[in-house]
Amino acid sequence: MTSLIMIMIGNALIHNVVLNQFLGICSFLGVSKQIKASASLGVAVIFVITIASAVASLLYDYVLAPFGLDFMKTIVFILVIAALVQIVEMFLKKTSPAIYKALGIFLPLITTNCAVLGVALTNVQNGYNLIECIVSGFGTAVGYTIAIVLLASIRTRIREEDLPAPLRGAPIVLIAAALMSIAFMGFAGLSF
Amino acid sequence: MKTIIITTLVITIIGIVVGAGLVYIGNKFHVEVDEREAAVREVLPGNNCGACGYAGCDAVAAAIAAGEAPVNACPVGGAAVTKMVGEIMGVSAEAAERKIAFVRCKGNCDVTHNQGNYVGIRDCRSAVLAGIPVTDCDYGCLGFGSCVAVCPQNAITVKNGVAEVNRARCVGCGLCAKACPRGLIELIPESKRVAVQCSNKDRGPLVKKVCSAGCIGCTLCVRQCGSDAISVTDNLAHVDYEKCIQCGKCAEKCPSKVIIPPLNA
Repeated sequence: MTSLIMIMIGNALIHNVVLNQFLGICSFLGVSKQIKASASLGVAVIFVITIASAVASLLYDYVLAPFGLDFMKTIVFILVIAALVQIVEMFLKKTSPAIYKALGIFLPLITTNCAVLGVALTNVQNGYNLIECIVSGFGTAVGYTIAIVLLASIRTRIREEDLPAPLRGAPIVLIAAALMSIAFMGFAGLSF
Repeated sequence: MKTIIITTLVITIIGIVVGAGLVYIGNKFHVEVDEREAAVREVLPGNNCGACGYAGCDAVAAAIAAGEAPVNACPVGGAAVTKMVGEIMGVSAEAAERKIAFVRCKGNCDVTHNQGNYVGIRDCRSAVLAGIPVTDCDYGCLGFGSCVAVCPQNAITVKNGVAEVNRARCVGCGLCAKACPRGLIELIPESKRVAVQCSNKDRGPLVKKVCSAGCIGCTLCVRQCGSDAISVTDNLAHVDYEKCIQCGKCAEKCPSKVIIPPLNA
């Protein structure tokens, strides 16, 4: 149990997927204009990464490892994650149109989010079992959500500031993200 | 060699399983998506003016596709858009005629008297709220141009104290009609020109006192009309455009010359 909590906190804060491992930067910068939209994306990412970690773990343990196809894991994971997002999308569309509408375009966008693939590969690398994979995936996704919501809140405030012309737009966002990344390094002190 | 074969086989099988699964789930969770909604949205003008009464072009497209709104729901697009929407929806478009805003007041500064003791915000709605008379006539155009401010087409100008609509520019969105605190603006079909240019509901002598161009409710026009299209209620003539044939007899007889004659007269 303790190890699960450690994996959870470790993935959410210490090895934050965006600010420490630099995965999923594209949507991190692209969708963080509004707090609401980024929170929606965060929820969608939590949803998809948790399921994807479980499926990837099962696939690795029962298909890839027995056949000695370790080297094919990247391609297989991409394939499975893309299909999984499609299935989740169709499932949500049918069963709960409200959630589907709230997530909107973000759900298909996650297909191309490298954080999802990154988590699946890291899990395998660390030799996690199924439960650990799910917890690790969930923790990572929570870390992603924390990071993107924080950046979105910073950006909504930056927008109202009178910035020097060269910093307006993307430059100040990158600087803000860099400062956040440095701040998150502080969590490394929580040595587990 | 063996590795290559195993790899190919396993990946192929995974691909087929995933593909088959997607097809199966795709069929099982199939949701009827109305493609017509997107098609309708494409042909709408897209300026989101809200004249149709819906939140915007997206909302009205959804309503048209769902059958909740008629194919001619967009008053701005006019006959051309209605035809295209009708084709998408498989309905032969009933010709929705373009409507044009018309200011039912003729009381410019020459014919009415301006009391001029309103000194507040230069806005019609503020003036009406303040309750201080701007002109002698309690029904006429105030001339501060609240309609001018809301017009998306810059089709309205205030000339000599009365708002005037540029017929060529007006798209019939009706925003001015909603903005006018005195409800002076009416949407009239484009082909019709005969219109009563007054909104004063007072009796004749009172109207004459405040404005020399007002409708006095004499009913001479009603007697002239052969198609029963003009009526006088509350001492004010009004044209029914369903019946009006644009003969212009009413305009000829009007003693105050408050009825606009037809275009070809």
